[in-house]
Amino acid sequence: MTTQKLLSFDWGMMAPEFTILIVATLLSLIDLFMPNKASRKPLALFAIAGVVIAIVFATLQIGDPTGSILFDTYRFDAFALAFKLLFLFATGLILLLAMDYKGEKNWQYRGEFFYLILTALLGAMMMASSADLITLFVGLELLSISSYILAGIRKTNLHSNEAAFKYVVNGGIATAITLFGMSYVYGLTGTTNLYSIGEALTDPIVEQNGFLLLIAFVMLFVGLSFKIAAAPFHMWAPDVYQGSPTPITAFLSVVSKTAGFVLILKVFILSFLSGQGGWHTTILLELQPYIAFIAGITMIVGNVIALRQRNIKRMFAYSSIAHAGYVLVPFVSLSLLVFKATWFYLLAYLLMNIGAFAVIQFISERDKSEDITAFSGLYKRSPLVAVMMSLFMISLAGLPFTAGFIGKFGIFMSTLSTGHYVLASVMVTTTVISYVYYFNVLVQMYFRNGVVDRIRPSVGLLLVMVICTVGTLAFGIYPSAALEFFHNGFDMTQLLEK
Amino acid sequence: MDSILLSALIFSPLLGILVLLFVPKTDEVVIKWVGLLATLLPLALAFLVFIGFDQTKEALQFAEQYKWIDFHIQPLDAGNDFVISYDLGVNGLSVVLLLLTAIVSTLAAAASVWIKDQWKGYFMLFLLLEIGMLGVFASQNLLLFFIFFEITLIPTFFLIGKWGYLDKEKAAYSFLIYNGLGSAILLIVFIILYMKAGTMNFTGLSAYLSQSPEMLERLYMGEDFRLGLLIALLVALGVKLPIVPLHSWMLQVHVQAPPPIVMIHSGILLKIGAYGLLQFGVGFFPGEFEKIAFWIALLGVINLLYGAFIAFVQIDFKKVLAYSSVSHMGIVLIGIASLTEAGTQGAMFQVVSHGLISALLFFIVGLIYQRTGTSLITHLGGLAKVMPITAGFLLVGGLASLGLPGMSGFISEFMAFLGLFKTMPVLAAIGTLGIILTAVYILRAVLTITFGETKPMLISIKEARFVEWLPALILTFFIILIGVYPAILSDMLHLTIEAMTAGKGAMS
Repeated sequence: MTTQKLLSFDWGMMAPEFTILIVATLLSLIDLFMPNKASRKPLALFAIAGVVIAIVFATLQIGDPTGSILFDTYRFDAFALAFKLLFLFATGLILLLAMDYKGEKNWQYRGEFFYLILTALLGAMMMASSADLITLFVGLELLSISSYILAGIRKTNLHSNEAAFKYVVNGGIATAITLFGMSYVYGLTGTTNLYSIGEALTDPIVEQNGFLLLIAFVMLFVGLSFKIAAAPFHMWAPDVYQGSPTPITAFLSVVSKTAGFVLILKVFILSFLSGQGGWHTTILLELQPYIAFIAGITMIVGNVIALRQRNIKRMFAYSSIAHAGYVLVPFVSLSLLVFKATWFYLLAYLLMNIGAFAVIQFISERDKSEDITAFSGLYKRSPLVAVMMSLFMISLAGLPFTAGFIGKFGIFMSTLSTGHYVLASVMVTTTVISYVYYFNVLVQMYFRNGVVDRIRPSVGLLLVMVICTVGTLAFGIYPSAALEFFHNGFDMTQLLEK
Repeated sequence: MDSILLSALIFSPLLGILVLLFVPKTDEVVIKWVGLLATLLPLALAFLVFIGFDQTKEALQFAEQYKWIDFHIQPLDAGNDFVISYDLGVNGLSVVLLLLTAIVSTLAAAASVWIKDQWKGYFMLFLLLEIGMLGVFASQNLLLFFIFFEITLIPTFFLIGKWGYLDKEKAAYSFLIYNGLGSAILLIVFIILYMKAGTMNFTGLSAYLSQSPEMLERLYMGEDFRLGLLIALLVALGVKLPIVPLHSWMLQVHVQAPPPIVMIHSGILLKIGAYGLLQFGVGFFPGEFEKIAFWIALLGVINLLYGAFIAFVQIDFKKVLAYSSVSHMGIVLIGIASLTEAGTQGAMFQVVSHGLISALLFFIVGLIYQRTGTSLITHLGGLAKVMPITAGFLLVGGLASLGLPGMSGFISEFMAFLGLFKTMPVLAAIGTLGIILTAVYILRAVLTITFGETKPMLISIKEARFVEWLPALILTFFIILIGVYPAILSDMLHLTIEAMTAGKGAMS
């Protein structure tokens, strides 16, 4: 590749990524040259500023035409942008949480706490934009490796060590399996470009070797179900969620999971939908029952086991597993709503989950306890926080006037429009089961008496809670705000254009 | 199109919530006054709607419609885009229920003087609950109906779980789970209808579903499919009503919830089931409804007899009333299942009448409990000597409940059975047994409480003050008003019910 060729690319489309990359690099340099004793906490502000600038760049790109650089491995389209905005927004909120994270006694801020979040974000953004298995994999690994370290960043905490260890071993295996699946795809089609794969799959020779394709699909899916913590590859999630610092748990449950869904959307919809003509598909349709099965099992496992959790972060791990199940549902139906339903649900999930984690962080740090009883009597201690937490819980449970309800409604529509009544019934039943554990938090906050001292969250935490509350309510009462934004700004057919 | 009266009515309790936000939470008197006054605004607006409703017009009135959610996708077999509007409007049915809701809410707010702590949270939830109930009856759109329907779940859960009696949390959870499952099934039915018809508007759906059978068959809405949807609806709304095998949660709620909430619950929330059954069951699926009418009537008779039998052996007055509610809901089912105009009128009369009577009875239970700390029949003998006025109202409530002519209960039972005798005489004959049983258990309970030797623990009890029994007086007034002048309701209901039973669909 000549320099000239390199310069001829339209690098402008990577402006948000570059911003994050530059900020992360600068942060690591500043961290290196800062005096050892100096507090690293202000670095968070710098990181947040970087994310905000990236959001501005990304917003300016709305409506830009599709383009690709680096020999079609990196692609700019509405799909990528829609999800990048989610990543950026979520990471911004999580950085606010991270800035106010108190940890345990000997916790001190380390520079890498912030710039690793940014590199993980960068990985997720790359995944959203990649048009090639290789870039996809690089993005995935950048995200994963950053997350492994972040999970174990509390070096002296046993739970944290366990989390990092479990995560890295399980994650490594999952990555290996994904890569193995990718190698089959490459072997069958002779290309790593996602768009060419779709076309190559219609080749008669490939069709004769359908069983190989099946292996490829299953392997890929195993790897990806790990990423989104879908059953039966969810076992790592509770330990890792419990052991990680709370902001990182929020990161894993929102950004990492969303990235997993982006990957599934890209790989499966793109490569397994036969290139031309869009929606009539081959292998993906045949495999629908299996995805449906996984979605169903995930919802059941997540919701049922969550009932018995006493540790709030573990409970949220299972809740997060359950939500992975819900979001898998539109993939089964493959209706026209798949992008909209998934995107809206992930947006709603981002708001309510990060909001809830902000409250969890606030309470668990305050009381040095992650037991659910730490929430008892919260209404008396801080009515505002209790009300906001109630809203997040009600939204997670999918009750009306919250974004969570509209999200579930969209998913329901996509299932029922294609006649998947069984799956819809499973979703409905498990949702009702989930009422029990979500409402249990409410019961703790309002019905039980706990410590009675008045408490108030720090400015950063309060800001996150308020933003999430406003979002959850606004998109619940007037979902068109988000739906119109998505519809007008992001033409999803761009994803399918070659 | 231009009226905003309904929106104002639904959201008027918000004003009270806002005011309450600024009242210090220890200021009991102010909070209770604000709570009570806040229910007067919706009451006034509901009266306005009731008076302004033109009985001679079959069309929807006070309609409002704004575009709300647009999913920007084309439905598979309908021409229009998937848009959901914010649709409000009333017909004869809903206008009556709106007024009932407003009246019972105000009186329940008055009965809330007995609440002992956390008044601020209590009244905020109470007003939120009222928003939900009013919204349910004014919605002209399935999604909106569902949202308001679910809105009632959350405050009720708290009101039971926090302010109820000993086993309150268990009752709150079983309320949540049963009703959650019911509404989940409801949601599935609604979305299926939406995906098929491309609209959630009641009128639009009725029009869609009243196409020729061949056309519906072609749209994958064959007969069996519609029957399936109707049965799903029956189960979903049967939880709310409640129909017998699905009723166990409701007994717990009646026994454990605080009296004002039971007034609301038994007076209005249960009626959502009946309303939904009429509006969606009969309104959307008239043909299929006819096919299973026998079974619904049978369920009604079972409800009626089962409730009455079990009520007879209860020693807790609250439980007697709870089973009596089960029994009385049977009459609603019978009336609807008769599919005659008289029967349906009877069902609606029963809905209203039971709403008033059960509110009255639970009000008195609350009054008695507040003074004596018990609701066991055997502990309450001879109440007439120490609390003559209260005992008098109890007797009135009991007589109204067993269907004494001249009171609202009589009209409803009479009409419901009149309808059923026309279509299913055998079932109706069996059902009449229920009326006798009702007389037996009500009289047993009421007479034991009122007369006989005054129990020692009651001797020092004081009679209720005027303001305390005023709500009972108001309820009694309405009960007798409907009893002697039923036209005040039937004129309202007439056209809507005629349209429904003629199979023309819910609205239009």
